[in-house]
Amino acid sequence: MTNTNLLPLPDNETLEKEFKKIKPLMTASEAVVESSRCLFCHDAPCIKACPTSIDIPMFIRQIMTKNIKGSAKTIFTQNILGKSCGEVCPTQVLCEGSCVYLELNEKPIDIGRLQAYATGYAIENDIHFFKAGKATGKKIAVIGGGPAGLACAHELTVLGHKVTVLEANKKAGGLNTYGVAPYKLTNKDSLNEVEYISKIGFEIKAGIKVSSNNIEELEKNHDAIFISTGLGESKKIKIPGEGLKGVIGATEFIHNLRDKEQKIVVGKNIFVIGAGNTAIDAAVESSKLGANVTVIYRRSAGDQNAYDFEVNHAKENNVNFLYLTSPIEISGKEHVEKIKCIKNKLIKSKSNIKSSIEPIKGSEFELDCDMVILATGQERMIDLFSGIKGLETDNGKIIVNKNFQTTSPKYFAGGDCVNGGKEVVNAVAHGRDAARGIDKYLMSNNTCHSHENGNPEKLVSNAGFPLTRE
Amino acid sequence: MANLESNFAGIKSPNPFWLASAPPTNTGYQVMNAFRAGWGGAVWKTLGQPIVNVSSRYGAVAYKNNKIMGLNNIELITDRPLEVNIKEMKEVKEKFPKHALIASMMFEKKEEWHDCIKRCEDIGVDGFELNYGCPHGMCERGMGSAVGQNPDVCEKITSWVTEVATKPVIVKLTPNVTDITKPALAAQRGGANAVSLINTINSVTGIDLNKMEPNPSVAGNSTHGGYCGPAVKPIALNMVAELTNHPDFHLPISGIGGIETWQDAVEHFLMGASTVQVCTAVMHYGFRIVTDLIQGTEEYLENHKMNKVTDLKGIAAKKLRKWENLDLNYKIIAHIDPDKCISCQLCYIACEDGAHQSIALVPGSRIPVIKEDTCVGCNLCSLVCPVENCISMVEIKTGKPKLLWKDHPKNPFSITKTHSS
Repeated sequence: MTNTNLLPLPDNETLEKEFKKIKPLMTASEAVVESSRCLFCHDAPCIKACPTSIDIPMFIRQIMTKNIKGSAKTIFTQNILGKSCGEVCPTQVLCEGSCVYLELNEKPIDIGRLQAYATGYAIENDIHFFKAGKATGKKIAVIGGGPAGLACAHELTVLGHKVTVLEANKKAGGLNTYGVAPYKLTNKDSLNEVEYISKIGFEIKAGIKVSSNNIEELEKNHDAIFISTGLGESKKIKIPGEGLKGVIGATEFIHNLRDKEQKIVVGKNIFVIGAGNTAIDAAVESSKLGANVTVIYRRSAGDQNAYDFEVNHAKENNVNFLYLTSPIEISGKEHVEKIKCIKNKLIKSKSNIKSSIEPIKGSEFELDCDMVILATGQERMIDLFSGIKGLETDNGKIIVNKNFQTTSPKYFAGGDCVNGGKEVVNAVAHGRDAARGIDKYLMSNNTCHSHENGNPEKLVSNAGFPLTRE
Repeated sequence: MANLESNFAGIKSPNPFWLASAPPTNTGYQVMNAFRAGWGGAVWKTLGQPIVNVSSRYGAVAYKNNKIMGLNNIELITDRPLEVNIKEMKEVKEKFPKHALIASMMFEKKEEWHDCIKRCEDIGVDGFELNYGCPHGMCERGMGSAVGQNPDVCEKITSWVTEVATKPVIVKLTPNVTDITKPALAAQRGGANAVSLINTINSVTGIDLNKMEPNPSVAGNSTHGGYCGPAVKPIALNMVAELTNHPDFHLPISGIGGIETWQDAVEHFLMGASTVQVCTAVMHYGFRIVTDLIQGTEEYLENHKMNKVTDLKGIAAKKLRKWENLDLNYKIIAHIDPDKCISCQLCYIACEDGAHQSIALVPGSRIPVIKEDTCVGCNLCSLVCPVENCISMVEIKTGKPKLLWKDHPKNPFSITKTHSS
């Protein structure tokens, strides 16, 4: 009975059609036309909006003058993951969102796609701009081969250090390989980028999980360690029935989807709990697989963490939204069959912070349900962190100073495990700048340890608006 | 890696990209910022007797969405005291000893030239540029283009300078002449070490249709200005090549006119320039455009397995010859790629109304078809086509030997005909 409401395994043709890239690579003529629209602003707002401060007007001008190699170099100098950032960045709220053309009510420059065009050219033609620096004899371990780890490993190699990246999954790339929506970045895109970046000469050991059990040994064998483990499992929501089959965390759902290249079985009626960007991704992906998808969010639409353009994208993909609704029980024999919810009402607060909610008595209702995806945030990697002596965290996020050094001097950290979960581009900025912090620490006898002015976000992200992602 | 270091008539600079004598080289502050940004040299805003400038000073031609396709100006030479300019030039030279600093000058009297040359040499300038080009204001006082337009005067004043200057002397030429080789040869006779061209072109950029006043307006009136910017590059390229190809002209050329991108610069090099000077593009976008000039040129040299800019010198100019030396038996016709065609039919109407009625429309299709038997291979369709590489010009092997006009049967003075008759 329980399996009857699962959809059949999608065929390749459907997958190709449904998951085709929403930002396809530009053709040469598109790139020339689009690049020639750029005004080449002085002190350009787009540069300021980029967490990695790419000289955007310059790389666009270089595309216009058909100096594609120079363009790729301009991008990679600031952001070695420039290709995937061009494809997965929420450009609408970053560079493109600050384009001065918006002041004229004109379409902003298609910066993301131009960036992917130039960097894609360099990756495809295997053109490299950086070499490993003169060997310093220092050995550094990077825990986690995602965007922060890769950016850090690359920069450290440029600075002459010997780097080993330890990746828990089968493949490196982190969220680019296992997290972001496949219609933004494919597995092949991510893995090609990983290969391109690592060619500078650092080692990636995949399938190695670092935990509190083996961290001490790692510490013994390395001069410094960079933690870029990202976040942990999806949070539980603590309601009855959460243990039933068919209830899955959003991160785990997307991980599996990416791992199987979208060839997965999903339920017919899916409820996604939460309204952050991860929730929206899971909802859209499910919808593309043929499911009827409803996002359930306890607050109102104005409070949701997902970007407006992502919510609109979901609506265009037939995702339904139930606001001011909380799940209270999931039921079924072995597999989930029903979800019970209650409506909430907003209690206006006097201050400007989010108004609180209160369940409306008697408003409970029950819906048929074949799958529940929990997307109310992720746990932190508490186990690993607890194995490191002196490592302090704040609400599960590792505390670092401006050099990205943790309270345990040999350890540095960056990316989601520090900022609690932001964009790929934020992680890249952390990784790159942490590498410089590590270099400073190793090459100048441990003198950079100070937590007085520790606020790496201020240093690396001058975007000026929140980038929270749940 | 290509080496961009330049030695132009003895003036050394880290690269061949110089700022032209113009508003961007008005002050030491600007020139130092330019050198920091990567420019290899700068020709200082022209020194001379005190002048006063008007307000406003610039007019521009916009083409569709592109601002400043061409710019014109009615600004004169430097309006700052000579002592101030000399002091700042000295500071620049001290801070940037390896960059080329060239003093542009414009005077009336021999003693004035001599005095200024001495003062400039005392502070270590690398060379001089004689401004015989300014086509507005100064020419009314017998200077600027008034000199460049008169070969005898050009030669004479050049010799006044070269008789005392110990540093290389560049003569900057005006394009407002019928034959650019005349003043260039006069400069050579006067002992100049190099020439630079083109200065700006006589122009009125447009008229305010509400006020019926030409621009730029100065209290309701205007005066013709000097035209520059992307629009003048074709004129500059032709004049540079004319000098490169002249058998009696042997001086190095600093190319000026419409240089904004590395491609523009390379074109000037291919026509025979060994350095280039830029003004309008910097006035539009700032000093930072030099990054792409440098990087793009390096990349181009590497792609063509060349090591230095002078390897490019004049390669294209050699292929620029008299019309009568072109092969009349060479034939190309247009080819439309139907997969790329967006069916705008601009090629059709251009050929139909403006050329040789050699493109047809076929009922039921919006994709035009070339009439191969009547196509003369004029290029017009490929020039109006908005899609890159959609219309290509394909060579048709005629099997006939090369035929020049002098040998053509239709030529009344044909050598062949003369022989046979």
